[in-house]
Amino acid sequence: MRTNAKALTGVIMLVVFVLLAVIGPWIAPFDPSMRSNALLQPPSSMHWFGTTHLGQDIFSQVLAGTRSVVFVGAVAGVVATVLSVLVGITAGYLSGTASEGLSALSNVFLVIPALPLIIIITSSLPETSNLTIALVIGLTSWAWNARVLRAQTLSLRRRDYVEAARANGESTWRIILFEILPNLYAVIASGFVGTVLFAVISEITLAFIGVSDAGGWNWGTVLYWAQSQQALAQGAWWWFVPAGLAIALLGTSLSLVNFGIDEYVNPRLRTRFSMRGVRMRVGFTPVLAKETS
Amino acid sequence: MKDRILEVRGLDVDYGLGPDAVRAVRDVDLTLHRGEVLGLAGESGSGKSTLAYGMTRLLPPPGVVAGGEVIYHLDDGTTVDLLRMRDADLRRLRWAEIAIVFQGAINSLNPVQRISAQLMDVLKAHSAGSTPQSRQDRARELLSLVGIASDRLHSYPHQLSGGMRQRVMIAMALALEPRVVIMDEPTTALDVVVQRQILRTLVGLRERLGFSVVFITHDLSLLAEFSDRIAIMYAGQVVEEAVSADLYRTPLHPYSDGLLRSFPALKGPRRELSGIPGSPPDLRMMPSGCAFHPRCPRALDVCDEQVPVLGQSRDNRSVACWLHPVAVS
Repeated sequence: MRTNAKALTGVIMLVVFVLLAVIGPWIAPFDPSMRSNALLQPPSSMHWFGTTHLGQDIFSQVLAGTRSVVFVGAVAGVVATVLSVLVGITAGYLSGTASEGLSALSNVFLVIPALPLIIIITSSLPETSNLTIALVIGLTSWAWNARVLRAQTLSLRRRDYVEAARANGESTWRIILFEILPNLYAVIASGFVGTVLFAVISEITLAFIGVSDAGGWNWGTVLYWAQSQQALAQGAWWWFVPAGLAIALLGTSLSLVNFGIDEYVNPRLRTRFSMRGVRMRVGFTPVLAKETS
Repeated sequence: MKDRILEVRGLDVDYGLGPDAVRAVRDVDLTLHRGEVLGLAGESGSGKSTLAYGMTRLLPPPGVVAGGEVIYHLDDGTTVDLLRMRDADLRRLRWAEIAIVFQGAINSLNPVQRISAQLMDVLKAHSAGSTPQSRQDRARELLSLVGIASDRLHSYPHQLSGGMRQRVMIAMALALEPRVVIMDEPTTALDVVVQRQILRTLVGLRERLGFSVVFITHDLSLLAEFSDRIAIMYAGQVVEEAVSADLYRTPLHPYSDGLLRSFPALKGPRRELSGIPGSPPDLRMMPSGCAFHPRCPRALDVCDEQVPVLGQSRDNRSVACWLHPVAVS
């Protein structure tokens, strides 16, 4: 099979981010919290992304902050996806009270405003760590995907091949795992990617308004300081642009991976048939020029 | 000789591009005359539908037209090549001049829209000056044309029977009074009684409205009755083309003969049903020479060496077979 350029780009970008998350704090040229005399310097060979009002190296802050962002995104994504798959598929496949109950549960979680809840929970906990933030985000953001999966399962469970499996006496778990679940991979994967993105943005939003892991760095904290020290008014664009760009790039890589998953799971989306100068379109079959035929 | 309306010349249709391409239709020549019903018959996978969609450029990816010409004769005497038209012109020509009735009316009609809306949609798209009232009148007229009571106009597709849905599809194809109607196995999913009713309707309409029909089916007995000429396809090629009575009585190509011997005749002398042994060739590995020779009961030595060409043999019959060598002219 030909490699998919979109997915490959996304995976490479994502691997770079994960790699930075692992080694970022070690390869950072400076201690991100260390003050120096170079106050509010624009980018230079010494400080690639410039410095803050306290002379801290912004490049090091962004590098060191990657770990927290990727960690929270991954943990929250996994927690929310597992919950949404469990609740969504069960609610869709079962009928009666159990289905209604799970449905009601996801409806309740759907209307809970996540950010205020996270602020309340984190402020009532003695210590705000990355793990608590990730868990709270994960536990509050599964409901939407659960509803999507439930709707999809509802339409799948009456398909002929599922009915046939049931008539054969297959166990419920086998039917769900082998007949229904493979049809949902694309939905689950896109749900995971979407949740990771949501978790990253939530964490950054929280850090931006001051709710973050005490003493740690993430892209939101960088933006928090940039905002509180009026970086924009001072013309210190290097303070907020790198972190903002990092968020955008991480989001892009996740979306590209999502396209790739879609095409991998759904054979109809695969664009294997392409050649220079020939555009495949439904309704207007291309006519090859004589030379190429 | 009647006027020609649609001419296919040397049409090649591929699935896929480059070295992986599979040629599903190979060098096909067909001529459709004004007011004529041309039957296209052949086994599953012989390229009948691919030919029809290829020549109208409706083939979905990965299908591509690899070569040839499809000449359409407009009413004013000028000709256009469908394969070299701009998209906008092609879009205008479709349905207004050439309409298609697709396989399976169940899948072609939108289940959540009333048939009135679906019938009026095309009128709205193609005739700019029409009013909602005139469109509705026309939709009502179209339904009565195909023998559906006009109070069914606001029905949903699921409220109609299979035969009625197929009639709606035919009505829809006729909405803009096209000159050519391509019907891709329009009656395959229906029982024989309804099949017959629909074909009666169609033949009656053709006599009144004077359009030409390309009728694709694997049911040769239907064609023998309803079509003027029949082209038999095998492995992407037309192997025999003849006036339907001639083809029915004296098939020249062994494949046509095999097809005709696959169903019993209602009238005339009894004959043995034999069918055709084997199955159609893999298009990726076509046999040498004539594509049919591995299955042919009357194969000659020359058959696996040289490809027979479709041409006039005796009695003005076109056949691609070494048993009936092409008359040298």
